[in-house]
Order: sequence, then structure tokens, then C-alpha cells
Amino acid sequence: MAEILVLVDHLDGDVKKVTLELLTKARALGEPAAVFVGPGFDTAEGRLAEFGAGKVYVADAPELTSHPVAPTAEVLAQLVTSREPAAVLVAGTAEGKEVAARLAVRTGSGVLTDAVDVTEVEGCLVAEQSVFGGSTLVRARVTRGTPIIAMRPNATEPEPAPTAAQRVDVAVALSDAARLATIAQRVFKPRSGRPDLTEASVVVSGGRGVNGAENFPVVEELADALGGAVGASRAAVDAGWYPHQSQVGQTGKTVSPQLYVAAGISGAIQHRAGMQTSKTIVAVNKDPEAPIFDLADFGVIGDLFDVLPQATEEVRARKG
Amino acid sequence: MKIVVCVKQVPDTESEKALRPEDLTLDREAVDAVMNEMDEFAVEEALQLAERTGGEVTVLLMGPEQGADTIRKALSMGADRALHVVDDALRGSDAVATSAVLAAALREVGFDLVLLGCEASDARTSLVPAMLAERLGLPQLTFAQKVETDGTEITVERLTDYGHDVVTARLPALVSVVEKINEPRYPTFKGIMAAKKKPVRTLDLSDLELDATEVGAAGAWSAVDDFTVRPPRAAGELVKDEGEGGRQLVAFLAGRKLV
Ligand SMILES: Cc1cc2nc3c(=O)[nH]c(=O)nc-3n(C[C@H](O)[C@H](O)[C@H](O)COP(=O)(O)OP(=O)(O)OC[C@H]3O[C@@H](n4cnc5c(N)ncnc54)[C@H](O)[C@@H]3O)c2cc1C
Ligand SMILES: Cc1cc2nc3c(=O)[nH]c(=O)nc-3n(C[C@H](O)[C@H](O)[C@H](O)COP(=O)(O)OP(=O)(O)OC[C@H]3O[C@@H](n4cnc5c(N)ncnc54)[C@H](O)[C@@H]3O)c2cc1C
Repeated sequence: MAEILVLVDHLDGDVKKVTLELLTKARALGEPAAVFVGPGFDTAEGRLAEFGAGKVYVADAPELTSHPVAPTAEVLAQLVTSREPAAVLVAGTAEGKEVAARLAVRTGSGVLTDAVDVTEVEGCLVAEQSVFGGSTLVRARVTRGTPIIAMRPNATEPEPAPTAAQRVDVAVALSDAARLATIAQRVFKPRSGRPDLTEASVVVSGGRGVNGAENFPVVEELADALGGAVGASRAAVDAGWYPHQSQVGQTGKTVSPQLYVAAGISGAIQHRAGMQTSKTIVAVNKDPEAPIFDLADFGVIGDLFDVLPQATEEVRARKG
Repeated sequence: MKIVVCVKQVPDTESEKALRPEDLTLDREAVDAVMNEMDEFAVEEALQLAERTGGEVTVLLMGPEQGADTIRKALSMGADRALHVVDDALRGSDAVATSAVLAAALREVGFDLVLLGCEASDARTSLVPAMLAERLGLPQLTFAQKVETDGTEITVERLTDYGHDVVTARLPALVSVVEKINEPRYPTFKGIMAAKKKPVRTLDLSDLELDATEVGAAGAWSAVDDFTVRPPRAAGELVKDEGEGGRQLVAFLAGRKLV
């Protein structure tokens, strides 16, 4: 069976859930081989093995992480040439798609984004893409080179399949072009300790209606009671009430949790673009005409400062 | 400094988008076409950088005749000139083919800095900027929320999952922007009048020495098999809070086993 390369999405070895989803998908299509670029493999190894990565290509030269995107694409390009995998799967995140883009040009391959599923049809891989805000499902295939497929986070249920991960070191001679842009500094925003926005099965988001950073705890408390992540609309982010990393929407994160709660958010098209494939949508808004109600499975017309604390208390009470 | 800003014409953001059953491409006739919103931020940034460093701004658009309206808008905002790549053979281009055409056009006009939006609102692939950087051998400074350049060096703040990266390079370079970067200006009456006299060069494939087999559906490296339209999300239950709203909400969640 041919290898399916899975690019590991991680921060210093802390493996993102989407990678486990990709490994699960890859097992159905061929032999999953993870590709780990950067420092932290020792931290990641257990997780990757648990989800069936029988082989892990490791490229950890320091140079690879001092320049954005291009080095990772070059590592993958070298493996595509030498290993001739049946496909390359990457996380459908901003950076994952950029790696896919460069890899496609470098290896003369087509690339498909927004895939929610990949299956084999008569010896050919067919991706199902969710487009136009989830209203249309497209089946598409790559017709040249090696299929490069960017998969939506949260589209597959990760299933463990423990194995021993064989480490294979990869040395890459970077091209001059890959060194042209340099990361001079990384700036980390403090982390909340809550689940990752794109991985969470519950997301509670606040918008302009929250009316101030000092009021965001009302959103956070409901999120914590539900074990979820906190999101925000652009209006709330631009006002400085919540960090950009929490923005949901066209230029923020695309989330697809089991439950999305929108509080004090009108439901502009650019916000919907990031959340309308959520399984269940609940909205709290004092304006009965707010467009968010058009896609809510359950809506409460009311003041979020009354509704959210009561809901939080009720969730806590039910959980005992 | 010579700045080229790439703009795409897309269906109006608010419109219902659909694929055409005949050829599996986006039905662009059925909807109003506008400049991709994100590209307004790219045009604005190009104008501000040109004002600061004494440069000039060229608009580059690949797309059918009606793309002229989007070009006109960018010129009304203040861009100096435009390049419009039009050719029937371009229909059905995927991102690989689109980036090949834009790369050829960029080589043809020359530049110190290429600016793009970080994402087009119709297909939302975000593939084109990175593909162009790879094709042209340019430093890639994408998802920028801040750009600074003195005409030789360039520094951007690139949004990341964990915060941002400060990324530096020497020009020539390629930058894609996010909507945090600025507040796009509206065209003034004077701007609209001036735009009518600004030069717009139209190029076809032969001008770019590209072959019809390299672009469009023929040159695409991916293909659509078929598609299905999902029934729209039906609006659900709506209650007015009369003191029990929060509890009603949780009762609904419990009914769906979400608590
Ligand atoms: C290129 C581009 C990209 C964009 N990307 C994004 C994106 O990624 N994400 C995003 O979110 N937006 C994005 N936007 C912005 C988007 O168009 C909207 O402006 C934004 O989503 C509005 O945020 P909001 O719903 O919080 O605010 P508003 O539209 O102002 O809505 C606030 C809502 O709160 C309600 N409200 C007020 N007080 C209360 C209260 N006490 N209790 C209950 N309800 C209350 C009001 O009735 C109203 O419906 C983008 C725009 C552009 C042009
Ligand atoms: C529903 C749908 C799904 C698609 N999925 C895929 C896919 O999975 N893989 C694939 O290869 N193709 C795909 N395509 C085709 C793709 O939309 C086109 O090739 C398009 O030209 C480039 O992708 P984009 O619009 O997503 O641009 P992005 O990469 O999202 O655009 C980023 C920036 O590039 C610039 N830009 C993009 N296009 C132009 C242009 N024509 N002229 C000037 N500047 C431009 C703009 O500055 C823009 O802000 C899809 C098309 C549709 C309608």
C-alpha cells in the first residue's frame, strides 16, 4: 500500500487534534506516514503512534522554523519525490493551506481545500468539499501530480489505532528562495487554559452586544460551564475586548463544533462564514430581526446579561 | 516604489452563490459582481505605502470583461493604472492556473512589491498568494495586519494561531493583508472622474506567452466531479425571554444531549 503523508500540525510538539483526524482518515486510504517539522518530536511521538502513524519523517533543523511556510513545503516536496505517496493531507488552517499551495506548485500537483471527507473511488481519491458556507457539497479530484488535500478541522472523529512509530530523519537542503523571509520575533498571546477554538466541541461567542472587555466573563462563565472555548465577533475583537485569536469568521477561525452559542452577535455574512457548519446553533440577541436567528436551531430574544448568567447557573445545577 | 495590487471580482458577499450544472463552475451571471472585500484593504494599503514612499500603484485583475467595474473602483480609490487579463480560455481556472497567469502578468509589468487580499470570499481557498510567492521566488509575507517598508526592507506582522510573527525581508516581496490592517477609503467624486482617464491595459494569453492548454479548465490540476446542494438551515424555535430564557435555552440543549 502506498503511503499517505500527513503533515503534523503542532506547536513545539503539542499535537493539534486535527492531526489525529487526518491520521484516522489516512488509515482508510493507505499507510499513514506523519511528517513532523520543527522541534518537539519527543513530546509528539506518543500521540502520533497512538493514532496509527507507523512511520514519522522528522525534519528538525533549526533553520526550518526561522522562515515562514516555504521550508515545510520543501520538506514535503522532497518526500513527495522520494516516497511517491498516494496523497498528502494537511490541516485546512491558514498555514496548512499555504504549505499546500507552495507544495502544489513545486511538485506540479493539484490541491483541494475545505475537504470534509476523502474516499477512494475506482483507484482515485475523491474529496468532498464543503463550500459556500456549507450550503453546497462538491466532489472533486486532483488530475495532475500527487493529490494535496487540506481537510477541515473537526470533520472527522479521531479514532486511536496504537502502533509503534518508526522515526526516519530527513535532511533538507533549503533553497535560497525559502530563506528570503525571516521570522524575527514570535509574539505569544497569553493562553486561557480553555480548549482550542477550532478543536472545541462547544464554542460560546460574544459580540458587540457584550459591550466591554469587563463584561466578557459573562460569556466565559457559560463556556466554562459547558466545557467549551470562547469566541468573538470582529466587532468585539476590533474594540479590543477579546484577542484576535478568538475571532470567528471569514478572517478569523472557521469552527464546526457540536454546539455554537452566539451572544450579542448580529450574524453578518462574514461572521456566519466561520460558524454556519456548526451542528447546533443557539443565539441570544435582543433584536428579534437579527439575521443570526435565521440559522439558529434555538433562539432567545432577550438581554444576554439576563439570559447567559441564568443559563450558566442552570447548566451548573444540572451537572450537580 | 512600484506596487502591484491583485484584485479579484467576486459575487456580492451577501448573495446566494451557486454552481452551474452545465460546467460545474460558479454561476457569475446570476449575481451582482463586486470587488472582493479583502482586496479593498489591499488597495488601501498599496495607496498608503505609495503615499509614504512616493511610489505608484498598478491594479492587476484576471477575469471576464465585467471585471472592468472592479478595476474602475480601484482606480477611483486612487490607483494609477491597471492591467486586465481577459481571455475566454481562462474560464474554469483553478488556483494553480490562476497563479500561473498572475505570475506571468507580474513578470510582464515588473514590481517592487505585490499586494493581495488574504482570501477571496467566493472560493475562500487562500492559495493564490503562497502559490505566487513560490512561482516568482519572492519572500512570502502573508496574513499581514501591519506593513512597514522604507523601499528596501520590509517588515510585517503576520497573524498566527498563537499571536503574531514579526517577519522581515528585502524587496521585492509579496504581501497578503487581513482586514485589521486599515480602513479602506471610499472613492470621492473627483477620484471617480479621474479614474475615467487612467490607463487600463488589456492582455490576453498570447500577450503573456501562455498557451490555452496551461490555463482554464484545460490547464487545471483539479476537477469537479459533481455537487449537491444541501437544504438550507431551517430556522428553529424562537422564544422571548420573560424571565425563563436561560433555563429554556438549557432545556433545549438537554433535549439534544448537549449538557
Ligand atoms: C473583509 C471583512 C472580513 C470580516 N471578517 C469577519 C470575521 O472574521 N468575523 C466577524 O465576526 N466579522 C467579520 N467581519 C465584520 C462583519 O461584517 C460584522 O461587522 C461583524 O461580524 C459584526 O459583529 P457583531 O455581530 O458583534 O456586531 P453587530 O453587528 O453590531 O451586532 C451586535 C448585536 O448585539 C445585539 N445586542 C446588543 N446588546 C445586546 C444585549 N445586551 N443582549 C443581547 N443582544 C444584544 C444587537 O441586537 C446586535 O444584533 C468582516 C468584515 C469584512 C469587511
Ligand atoms: C466553490 C469553489 C471551490 C474551489 N475550490 C478550489 C480548490 O479546492 N482548489 C483549487 O485549486 N481551486 C479551487 N477553486 C478555483 C479558485 O476559486 C480559482 O482558481 C481562483 O481563481 C483562485 O482561488 P480563490 O478565489 O480562492 O483565491 P484566494 O487564494 O482565496 O485569493 C487570495 C487573493 O488572491 C488574489 N486573487 C485571486 N484571484 C485573483 C484574480 N483572478 N485576479 C487577481 N487577483 C486574484 C486576490 O488578491 C485575493 O484576495 C474553487 C472555486 C470555487 C468557486
